[in-house]
Amino acid sequence: MSAAAGQAPAFDSQGTLPDAARVDAALGSFAREFGVTASLHLESCVRCGLCADACHFHLATGDPKYTPVRKLEPLRRAYLREASPFAPLVRALGLARAPTIDDLHEWQELLYDSCNMCGRCTMVCPMGIDIAELVRLGRHGMFKAGLVPERLALMDRTARQWGSTATPGEDLPDILAEAAAEHGVEIPCDLPQADILVTAAPAELGEHTKALAAAAKVLNRAGLRWTMHREGFDASNVGFNNGDLELQERLTRSIIDTAVKIGAHTVLLPECGHAYGAARWEAAKWYGKALPVRVMHMTEFLDELIAQGRIRVNPIGESATFHDPCQIVRRGGLEAAARRVLGALGFELLELQDHGTTAFCCGGGGGVVSNQRATPLRHKVFRIKQEQVEATGARHFVTSCGQCRITLEQGAKHVGWNREVESLLELVADRMAD
Amino acid sequence: MTLLEFARGPGLYASLAVFVVGTLWRLAAILRRPALPDLSPAREGAPSKLAGALHANVRAMWPRPAFQHGTLAATLNGYAFHVGLALVVFGYAPHIAFVERVTGLSWPALPDAVMYLAASVTIVALLIALMMRIFDPVRRGISTADDAISWTLTFLPMFTGMAIASEPSSVILARQDVVYAGPLAVHLISLELLLLWFPFGKLMHSVLFALSRGASGVRLSHRGVGL
Repeated sequence: MSAAAGQAPAFDSQGTLPDAARVDAALGSFAREFGVTASLHLESCVRCGLCADACHFHLATGDPKYTPVRKLEPLRRAYLREASPFAPLVRALGLARAPTIDDLHEWQELLYDSCNMCGRCTMVCPMGIDIAELVRLGRHGMFKAGLVPERLALMDRTARQWGSTATPGEDLPDILAEAAAEHGVEIPCDLPQADILVTAAPAELGEHTKALAAAAKVLNRAGLRWTMHREGFDASNVGFNNGDLELQERLTRSIIDTAVKIGAHTVLLPECGHAYGAARWEAAKWYGKALPVRVMHMTEFLDELIAQGRIRVNPIGESATFHDPCQIVRRGGLEAAARRVLGALGFELLELQDHGTTAFCCGGGGGVVSNQRATPLRHKVFRIKQEQVEATGARHFVTSCGQCRITLEQGAKHVGWNREVESLLELVADRMAD
Repeated sequence: MTLLEFARGPGLYASLAVFVVGTLWRLAAILRRPALPDLSPAREGAPSKLAGALHANVRAMWPRPAFQHGTLAATLNGYAFHVGLALVVFGYAPHIAFVERVTGLSWPALPDAVMYLAASVTIVALLIALMMRIFDPVRRGISTADDAISWTLTFLPMFTGMAIASEPSSVILARQDVVYAGPLAVHLISLELLLLWFPFGKLMHSVLFALSRGASGVRLSHRGVGL
């Protein structure tokens, strides 16, 4: 059900819970999740407002409501009342107002439409507060309350039914066969044994099968024993973005369990940022112990193959600039790996004004690219990246996240910017030497 | 009992008790919250948790180049009143004498001229911080009663202290009697109000900042993020 009529403000709701029950569900979720790090971060804020200077939504609009720490306001009040050291005193004296259903409605836009959980604000915060992680806690509560943007909720329902937002598992062999035929590459599926379980982002199973084919070309050229598998193939993990912890666990387990089942030692993630966040850093939490498999992002995989000499690439020898995907670089630590691959491709790297751990997000992360109603806001944010790319004068514009590519391509199309956003993986696959 | 006797006696000890017990209570309550261990394997070459936490603490002392354009003024102003406060609190001879009377601890004082300069800079910087909070839409939008109370209770000891620092500290310390008993009592009470409020508001960041920075440092350095 959508309460939005045209422009923002907008909120959507799912299910038939009465308002009071929604508030209780959200507050109950918050209270359960206030761990020591979240508490330290909520307690340490001095409300200096410097985080606003890092947030692209604030910078692009000038609207103070997009100040990152402001997006935490109901969470902060819930913390003060339910879990802070003086919570009984706070409740007894009414020192912090309990969040209401109206607060949660208003908050939905701030949490889902105008936050990519990119973590740039953490880089500027003098207290080092991880606001992105606190926003995720907020999303967990919002999901419990049935207060998620409808487009994301639809994807959630699909993933719960199919195990993927793209396709049910039983259709995977046909999709892969078609992609294999179209691109002239072998894509193994459902092999009973393999060393590497290869996963995909949903778009790669639809309009962007070239990325899937590129991965297959690289893997085949390196002579590796790999497969995709219908029981665990979609790495994007919509539960991670939506705040649906149950789904996040299910999708995570489907991949890890499948890898174990086929005897794989490695799970290879696609060029997808949030897949990396969900699988590389959080899968073990759901698995309950250290993972029995190694989880790798495509970028570090390419970096290793090139370093080991298992694949060689012909240098392109032109200039390029690189968009650092937030979950892979700022929150994933793969800044150097991407640059080594770019170096192997012979690019003269012309860095964006803001790059590496302080790069601007594409504006689509955290599910915002899929949240249709956020499109006008996303397009405003795109201008920042467009200006920085143009300022480099680079011939190529490269990134290593499919979601970033889609976001940037949509932004470019909106403003009539004739600029291709290239995939690092596809560049490597296209330039592999014999 | 005179107001000064109250401020030097029960008022001081009661506020110190609230300060110490409240601060320890708040710290313990935060650190006793549940903590999920990070079971993911660390990035190859990642520093130890301690190194990550320390690095993050040092890194957060100055804004990264990407953010300096928008944050430099606020950062410099923040340093002005933090450093100024520290100098005045710990460097002014009568303050050291006061601490020595209560605890027996003593250390060399800074010259009065440095104190006057530090106090002036601190007061101006605090006023600038207040103006920023009132007139900047971002800060105004996120401000709470805690900000107003914490600012007031930080400013008051500075303001009341300036009112009784009209003579060189050597003269003040050499004198056996207190000439300005009323203003001194008000100054002490303003300090005691600050101590009473400390555990409950954002002034606690002076204890928590290292832990907060450290927690993100541990998380991100584990992942191999270059802080």
